[in-house]
Amino acid sequence: MTDTPLPQSSRDAHDIAHLELVPRRHVGRKVFAAIVLLLVALLIRAFVVGQIEWPVVGQFLFAPVIIQGIWNTLLMTVAAMSLGIALGVLIAIMRISGNPVLEYIALVYVWIFRGAPALLQLLLWFNLALIFPTMGIPGLFEFNTVEVMTPFVAAMLGLGIQQGAYTSEVVRSGLLSVDAGQYEAARTIGMTGMQTLRRIVLPQAMRVMVPPVGNEVISMVKLTSLASVIQYSEILHNAQVIYYANTRVLELLMVASFWYLAIVTVLSLIQSRIERYYARGTRGRTTI
Amino acid sequence: MTSEILVKAVDVCKSFGTFKALNEVGLEVRKGEVSCIIGPSGSGKSTFLRCINLLERIDSGAIWANGELIGYRRDGNRLYELSDVEIARQRRGIGMVFQRFNLFPHKTSLENVIEGPVQVLGESSKAAREHAMELLKRVGLADKAGNYPSELSGGQQQRVAIARAMGMRPSLILFDEPTSALDPELVAEVLDVMNDLAASGMTMIVVTHEMGFARNVSNTVAFMDGGRLIEHGPSARVLTQPDNPRTADFLKAVQR
Repeated sequence: MTDTPLPQSSRDAHDIAHLELVPRRHVGRKVFAAIVLLLVALLIRAFVVGQIEWPVVGQFLFAPVIIQGIWNTLLMTVAAMSLGIALGVLIAIMRISGNPVLEYIALVYVWIFRGAPALLQLLLWFNLALIFPTMGIPGLFEFNTVEVMTPFVAAMLGLGIQQGAYTSEVVRSGLLSVDAGQYEAARTIGMTGMQTLRRIVLPQAMRVMVPPVGNEVISMVKLTSLASVIQYSEILHNAQVIYYANTRVLELLMVASFWYLAIVTVLSLIQSRIERYYARGTRGRTTI
Repeated sequence: MTSEILVKAVDVCKSFGTFKALNEVGLEVRKGEVSCIIGPSGSGKSTFLRCINLLERIDSGAIWANGELIGYRRDGNRLYELSDVEIARQRRGIGMVFQRFNLFPHKTSLENVIEGPVQVLGESSKAAREHAMELLKRVGLADKAGNYPSELSGGQQQRVAIARAMGMRPSLILFDEPTSALDPELVAEVLDVMNDLAASGMTMIVVTHEMGFARNVSNTVAFMDGGRLIEHGPSARVLTQPDNPRTADFLKAVQR
C-alpha cells in the first residue's frame, strides 16, 4: 500500500481514475466470527455431556401441563401488558394535559408503582383482603375480596399497574418526540386536543414508542414468572410442580427456558414487522 | 375596495416574559384582500399572525375574524375565555401555512388534505377525496397525491400545505413566511400558487420577505417594527413613498 500523489501528467491521473475499486476486506470480522463459533460449540458440548437427561427434556417439552403453562403465560402477558399500555397512555396524557390536578395524580402514580418491586406489589394485591375484606359500592353490590382476588386477577393488577408506570414514561417520550409544528398544524385545521393526539401525534409517536414497548412486552413475558409465587399456573410454576414430584430439576428448567426463548423469538419477529409499519413516510435508518 | 371587514385587530398586546412582542397592534383586512406584513426579524410579524388563529394567546386587546371575536365570549363587562372545542371551531375558518410546512409525515399528500375535512368537518371520504384531488391539481401536484411528504421537495411540500389549508374551505388563509425555508429555485412555484389563490379572491394575510410578491400581488402592506405596527396602507404607496422613516430605512435595506 502506497500513497498516491497527484501525477504530473493528466493522462496518468486519468489512468488512475479508471483503476478497479476494491472494497475493504474486513479480515478481522471473519477471525472474530470463527472464535465466537468455537466458543458456542464448546458451550453446547458442556450442556450435552453435563448431567442433563436430554430425553427427559424431550419427554416434558410438550407435556399437557407445560402446554397449559404456556397458554397461561401468554394470557398473562397480554392481559398485564394491555392494562399497562392503557394506563401508560392515560398517565402520559395526564402528564402533558396542562391540568395541574391530573399532572400531580400522574406523578404520584409513577412515583409509587415504579418505586416498589414487582414481586412485592403482586403479594400486596394477592393479600388485599387483609385491608379491604369486601369491595363494592354500599347498597348496590358487594363481594368478598378473597373470592375476586384470584391468582390471575392479582397477577394482572400487580404486573399491569407497575408496567403502566414504566410505559407512561415511554409514551411521554414518544409524545415529546413529535415536533411542536405538528400540534400547531393539527390545531389550524380545527382539531381539538384529543383529536390531535389520536390522529396526528400518537401515530407519529408510535415510531419512537414501538422499540421500547416491544422491549417491555418481552420483559413482561419473563416477568409473568413472578406470578408462580402466588400460585398462578404459568410455565415456571408448572415446571416446578413437575420437578417437585420427579426431582428432574435441571431438565424441567431447560423445558421452561426453551419455551420462554421460543415465545420471545416470535415476539421479536412481530416487533420488527410493527416497526416497519410505523416507519412509513420516513427515510430508512443507517449504520453508524 | 369597500367589501366587508374580515379581520380586525384592536390594541393587541403580547409579552413573552419581559419582552414586549406586540404593542397595541391594530389592523383591518377586508374580504378578498391580500395583505402583506413586512418588517425586520423579531418585529412581531409572526407572533401577530399566530394570535389571529390563537396559536398564541394575547395579553390584551381584541381580534375579530369571520365576524367573531376570537378566543373569548363577552358577558357584560368581561370577556370569558372559550373552551378547547369552541376555539377549535373558530379555527376551522382560518387556514394557516407555516414556514416549515408542518405536513403530517405519516400521511400521503392526499391524506394530508382530507384529514381536516373528514375528521373535523365530517365530510364523506369520497367527497373530501374529490375536493382534495381538485386542490392538488390546482397546486400542480395531482401526480403526487400518493406520495409521503418525505418524498417531496420543499416547494412541493409547501404547495401540499396550501392545498391542505384550502381543503377546509376557509374564508381566510394566514401565511407565515411561506417561502423562507425554501431553496431559492423553489420559491417561484409557491409564489405562483399564492398568486393564483389571490386572483381567485381568497383573503390572505402574508408575513413575508418577498418584496416582489408584496408589490405585485398584495393590496395592502403593513410594516411592523419593535412590536408595533408602524404603517399600513395600499402596497404601491407604502412600498414606494412610505410615511414613516423606519419603513423607508427597512425598504432601502432589503432592496439593496
